[in-house]
Amino acid sequence: MQPITQAAAELFSEQNPDARISVGGAGTSDGFEAFCQGDTQISDASRPIDVAEEVPVCKENGVEYIEIPVAYDGISVVVNSQNDFATDITSEELKAIWEPAAEDQVTQWSQVRSNWPDEEMSLYGPGTESGTYEFFNEAIVGNEEEVSRQSDVEMSEDDNVLVQGVAGDQNALGYFGYSYYENNRDSLKALEVDGVAPTEETIRSGDYLLSRPLFIYVSTQAMEENPAVQQFVDFYVSEENLNRLVEAAKYVTLPDSLSQESRAQYEDRTTGTVFTEEGEPKGGDLETALKQSQ
Amino acid sequence: MAQTTKVREEGAGQQRPEFKTATGTRYALDRLFTIVVTIATLAGVAVLAILLIDVFRDGAPRLSWEFITNPPSQIFPETAGIIRPLVGSLWLLGLTALISVPLGIGAATYLEEYAEDTLFNRITEINISNLAGVPSVIYGLLGLGIFVNLLGGLTGGQSAVTGALTLSLLILPVIIVATREALRAVPNAVREGGYALGATKWEIIRSHLLPMALPGALTGTILALSRAIGEAAPLLVVGASLYLTYNTTNPFDRYMALPIQIYDWISRPQDEFRVLAAASIIVIMVVLLLANSVAIVLRNRFQK
Amino acid sequence: MALESGQTRSAPEDWRRNSRGRELRERIVKVVLTACAYLSILTTFGIVFVLLFETIGFFRQVSIFEFLTSTEWAPPSGDFGILPLVYGTLMATMIAVIVALPLGLLSAIYLSEYASRGLRRYLKPALEILAGVPTVVYGYFALTFITPFLGNNVIPGIESFNALSAGLIMGVMIIPTVASVSEDAIFAVPRSLREGAYALGATKRETATKIVVPAALSGIVAAVILGVSRAIGETMIVTIAMGAQANWGGSPTESMQAMTAYIVQVVGGETPRGSVTYQSIFAVGSALFVMTLILNLVSYWFVRRFREIY
Repeated sequence: MQPITQAAAELFSEQNPDARISVGGAGTSDGFEAFCQGDTQISDASRPIDVAEEVPVCKENGVEYIEIPVAYDGISVVVNSQNDFATDITSEELKAIWEPAAEDQVTQWSQVRSNWPDEEMSLYGPGTESGTYEFFNEAIVGNEEEVSRQSDVEMSEDDNVLVQGVAGDQNALGYFGYSYYENNRDSLKALEVDGVAPTEETIRSGDYLLSRPLFIYVSTQAMEENPAVQQFVDFYVSEENLNRLVEAAKYVTLPDSLSQESRAQYEDRTTGTVFTEEGEPKGGDLETALKQSQ
Repeated sequence: MAQTTKVREEGAGQQRPEFKTATGTRYALDRLFTIVVTIATLAGVAVLAILLIDVFRDGAPRLSWEFITNPPSQIFPETAGIIRPLVGSLWLLGLTALISVPLGIGAATYLEEYAEDTLFNRITEINISNLAGVPSVIYGLLGLGIFVNLLGGLTGGQSAVTGALTLSLLILPVIIVATREALRAVPNAVREGGYALGATKWEIIRSHLLPMALPGALTGTILALSRAIGEAAPLLVVGASLYLTYNTTNPFDRYMALPIQIYDWISRPQDEFRVLAAASIIVIMVVLLLANSVAIVLRNRFQK
Repeated sequence: MALESGQTRSAPEDWRRNSRGRELRERIVKVVLTACAYLSILTTFGIVFVLLFETIGFFRQVSIFEFLTSTEWAPPSGDFGILPLVYGTLMATMIAVIVALPLGLLSAIYLSEYASRGLRRYLKPALEILAGVPTVVYGYFALTFITPFLGNNVIPGIESFNALSAGLIMGVMIIPTVASVSEDAIFAVPRSLREGAYALGATKRETATKIVVPAALSGIVAAVILGVSRAIGETMIVTIAMGAQANWGGSPTESMQAMTAYIVQVVGGETPRGSVTYQSIFAVGSALFVMTLILNLVSYWFVRRFREIY
């Protein structure tokens, strides 16, 4: 998620040399913590704001926000490019690998699928503060405690570290955002998940299982206090810029209809989230939810 | 007489077992050893040469005037440059010199010219030589705790001043030691002559000792400052920015630094960023080479 | 006492006129300079205070016993056993010493016993340059050259982050430390010892290895200890090239995390102040400080020993 805002900040500051923007790199959860305290003006998120835990904190501190979907991401499950036996994986197999019970138990490829070799498997994944971690956990492991396998997984908040890890380890299996896979196609191989490979089309259409929207949350108070914030968001989500930024960051652009709704959400300054406690968009899909909220 | 001749006759042509000199083996081992120590000495230098060649090969194609003047980027490697880290490093250099040089020379002067041999002063000396061996990241933690958190209101938090203060503390022991040695090298006759003429201690120091010690002190100071320019770890801890959209314009601004930018670009797996890192390394190495050459020239002149 | 009245008329008047001003100035200067020197004591107090303050806060939430004895380091799960980080630091350090001890010592022998004065003038600064290279540059070299080189030619299974590459280049980095302190020690050995050996028919090598080095031994030990201390405190090489996951008992070809690398990892992640993760970097820092302090003091003691003997 960070690459998109980073691209926006870089291009915006070229045109507006007086603007002072700093882009911090914490996980989605840490980001919301700071945002709902009023410490940051814009928070990037790779999952919707948590209705149960984070919305109340924002409310307490009087932080009102506009929720703006900006792009799609498909969490890519990758292996080393020299891995010649794995080309696809099912969600059940992923669960068998990443559920907490698998810690120190499922350590070889052959334990996941019998015709895979008896080689050791090295796992790489984002840290617990990452929205990617939480989304993957919900989509694949789906347990009450909302944790997945941790102690024998090489975890990092920095996706670049994960990329380098998988790229350098022939026995590696990892997952991270599509952008990081796209940028490193020569050293990584993405597996088909439940028969669908992550491509721009399958992510955008939702055919790819691990596809999800990315958001920016903008504090309305910050926009009032600091006109630069408004100028920046104007720049970010405008029709000429948004898709260009998303593509530069190697994420997947929203379909036109959805990006129009998203833009309308911002222009109308509609606050609040369109997601329910379970993390689903009200009304079933994101576009409907946005339309209904206006 | 006859006996000695007999012994010599016996001994000629064959070695008695107690006097086995094994000179052949020993000299061969000597030649081997000479080769070994020569190679060992050259090995380190050879690795350095390979490193420089490798970096140059990776980074030289990317060097250009635009590279120096363009702002850096984390998304667009094609147009990225190093102007903001360069400006930041210059700010750090200036502020650190301003802080550490007077403090260092002052401390060295006190220890060399004023301090009596009390327990307290001896402890101070040991303390300074110990501070020289404290890891740089711990200075970073010190900076984080004191300059960023405790005194954040004064210093501006994660500002260039904080970075400079942290670096100053880091290199202070080096400057102190170098200046002390330079002062020690000034002959006592100078001091005694000054006292004989009725000058006070400070007058002697200011008019004679410091100027005479200056070249030697300067050498150590330049080396210390060039070490400060190359430091990344303490700056990361006190909050140097990995990306800024503006150039640092005053000491209380946030800042970037060349070693930090190198670190950021190295952390990105794409090849284009590796090349950027290599090119930045060339820039920093050139700067350091210049600084060290100046220091060495000064030292040679001083030693004459 | 050839003070002609004509010559000295102005001087005594100047002295009398300014003597109180001069005295005041002298005193002010002395105070200022004393303050400069005692700043160093303040620095040490600052370090101890900052480290202690946060570490005590840390130990309110994590037991000291777990910190010192547990082999699980996974802050997100609340596991704070420092041993894996110490293991990573020591693994890289050990490899560094294996490189730097022979190369440093042999270089010192060469420079003091074998090299001509002309060669010495060029080689000594060349070795010192090794110490002046920024450690990020060494990290770059380890990651982009040494690791692929080892992976393609020597150890096919080596991970892209590993302790071996980091340790090897760290060894190169501390060669100047080991070499220069060893050389001082070797230089301090009196000529008479060498000449006695030569007189008895020893060769240069035999003198160097059997007479000079043993005589300089305490200084050489000091040099190695100093090199170890530097390696333990080194940050950027292990951060860039060794890895970000604690790994207790791993082999040098695997990735592991050093104490210093952990500190960098946490500060890069914008951890909230006051959280146990934030405090943990000070706890690790304290351990690091204690380790290097002990090593430096031991080394200092060894240096004083060899200086006293001669």
